[in-house]
Amino acid sequence: MLSFGHAVYYGLGGFLAIHAINIIARNKFAIPLPLVPLIGGMAGLIFAMLLGWVSTKRSGTAFAMISLGLAELVASSALILRTFFGGEAGVSANRTKVLRLFDWSFGPQIQIYYLVAAWTLIAVIAMYALTRTPLGRMCNAVRDNPERVQFVGYDPHVIRYFAFCFAGFFAGIAGALAAINFEIANSAYLGAVQSGTVLFATYIGGVGFFIGPIVGAIFVTLLSLGLSDLTQVWQLYFGLIFIAVVLFAPGGLTGLLMMHWPLIKAGTLGRMIPAYLIAFVPTLAMLVGFILCVEVIVFHMVHAGGDSHIKAFGIPFDAENRGVWGIATVLLIGGFFIARMTWKMIAARWDDALNEARAKGVAA
Amino acid sequence: MSNAIELHGVEKTFGITKVIQNIDLKVAKGERHALIGPNGAGKSTTFNLISGYMKPSSGTILLNGQDISGLPPFQINRRGLSRSFQVTNVFAKMTVWENLRCAVLWATGHRYAFWKNVDNLPEVRERTAQILQDISLVARRDVPAGLLTYAEQRALEIGITIAGGADVILLDEPTAGMSHAETERAVEPIRRLTEGRTLLIVEHDMSVVFGLADRISVLVYGEVIASGTPDEIRGNKKVKEAYLGEEAA
Repeated sequence: MLSFGHAVYYGLGGFLAIHAINIIARNKFAIPLPLVPLIGGMAGLIFAMLLGWVSTKRSGTAFAMISLGLAELVASSALILRTFFGGEAGVSANRTKVLRLFDWSFGPQIQIYYLVAAWTLIAVIAMYALTRTPLGRMCNAVRDNPERVQFVGYDPHVIRYFAFCFAGFFAGIAGALAAINFEIANSAYLGAVQSGTVLFATYIGGVGFFIGPIVGAIFVTLLSLGLSDLTQVWQLYFGLIFIAVVLFAPGGLTGLLMMHWPLIKAGTLGRMIPAYLIAFVPTLAMLVGFILCVEVIVFHMVHAGGDSHIKAFGIPFDAENRGVWGIATVLLIGGFFIARMTWKMIAARWDDALNEARAKGVAA
Repeated sequence: MSNAIELHGVEKTFGITKVIQNIDLKVAKGERHALIGPNGAGKSTTFNLISGYMKPSSGTILLNGQDISGLPPFQINRRGLSRSFQVTNVFAKMTVWENLRCAVLWATGHRYAFWKNVDNLPEVRERTAQILQDISLVARRDVPAGLLTYAEQRALEIGITIAGGADVILLDEPTAGMSHAETERAVEPIRRLTEGRTLLIVEHDMSVVFGLADRISVLVYGEVIASGTPDEIRGNKKVKEAYLGEEAA
């Protein structure tokens, strides 16, 4: 189920967590900070239960569109309902004002880091356990073939609804953790950008695998932190990576790795490595050429007339230098044609290696 | 003897096309009933109506005396009717074991449980293992269903259909697309696995139909033109003209 509106449950979890911290601090309730994410989770769960029944009636595109509509509805009401959402400024809280546990004030960032890590671990274990239950297995069955599910006694709508509620619960926990970390919740938590980031991470990581979204989240976070230091137009590269994954690796990064498993079992993976190394050189040349072209174009579009000695990915070069333009073009076009030959070689080797794995009965 | 399935004046129209017109059909409890007829006669549509895949435009369908017309498929399934599909319809990305287990979970009362470990349910495991043995796919237990051979997929299709323990089984051309040898191998398990249950089967292979069925109904242009024992059907003049022709004479 492709949800364009998961930030709703993330954001509401965040807002509820902030309000909870304020209420706890004001009334001196005996609730320590580590339990606040549970309040966020319950908020996510309750709103998912309220809003999910309608959207889970359909799957696929219809579900995605309904989730998008609901998300926009909630996101825009965040700016209108000021008493709860605090308008544009959002709502803030002081996380150190709640009951202390074992002398942890949760003021220092490192303590928050452990709090988030602990909750993440709990959530991952809980989600994995969920996949091993009757409901979890039937969720897989609905993804695989919703029609057949109806003829073994299950209502796919109910299964989707359960899955959606659990997803809302975990999103609520995540939102609460974010709110505790930043000590603020604002309308950006609920918006399409937030939903989009989650989707990007999930798709880049790999939709069909349990560890896919985890891999994706790590990759996307590293990328956004790393790339933004290296180049101004990091979002462009980010988008291109996303497109490349969707087009060429529908199973995501995890899918790419898992493809190699039969070869490892058959012992034919070693054959692929020389092919990969050979392909790496022209592919890298093509990418360098491409990046040079992009950076030169960006310079001329955005900073035209300024100092042409620019730096991209830590390498300084002169964007006005015709020689650089020439090298960029040669690398891009030449690299592409040579790389394409090496990709064909990889495909041929792959077929051989996989056929041998099949012959040994370790691949299907 | 009471009837497992009864259709009274069932009609189905798509737009202005009347695919099923006024079907009356009775399948007695415990009998093996075959539904035959030329291509496009409405056999699969009849199955779709009985199993809830489509809603009848008019008429009533009774399952063990209860009105089930218009109910969604999962509710009809819960009342003890299970069907297979003419075009193989399994969980292609899941293993044979998981396919069968999915079909066992509701019937063993685990429903939407999210607090039980699915690998830790003895009765589910035993029942799944039993079905796996019944359809002779033990050696293929952990193979994704999409990678089975065609005949194996057909066997799995039947396995999923019977796994829930329904008393009324509908099989839609279980031997469709099989070779003669494969068909012969497929019939024996069908006979064995539907022992003591009611079976309604659509089948094109006349040797299968006449060998398996206690009673046969003939469907032509969306109407039941005859219903009776294999001998009665073989001798029926209308049936000969409309369908069996020289082949069965």
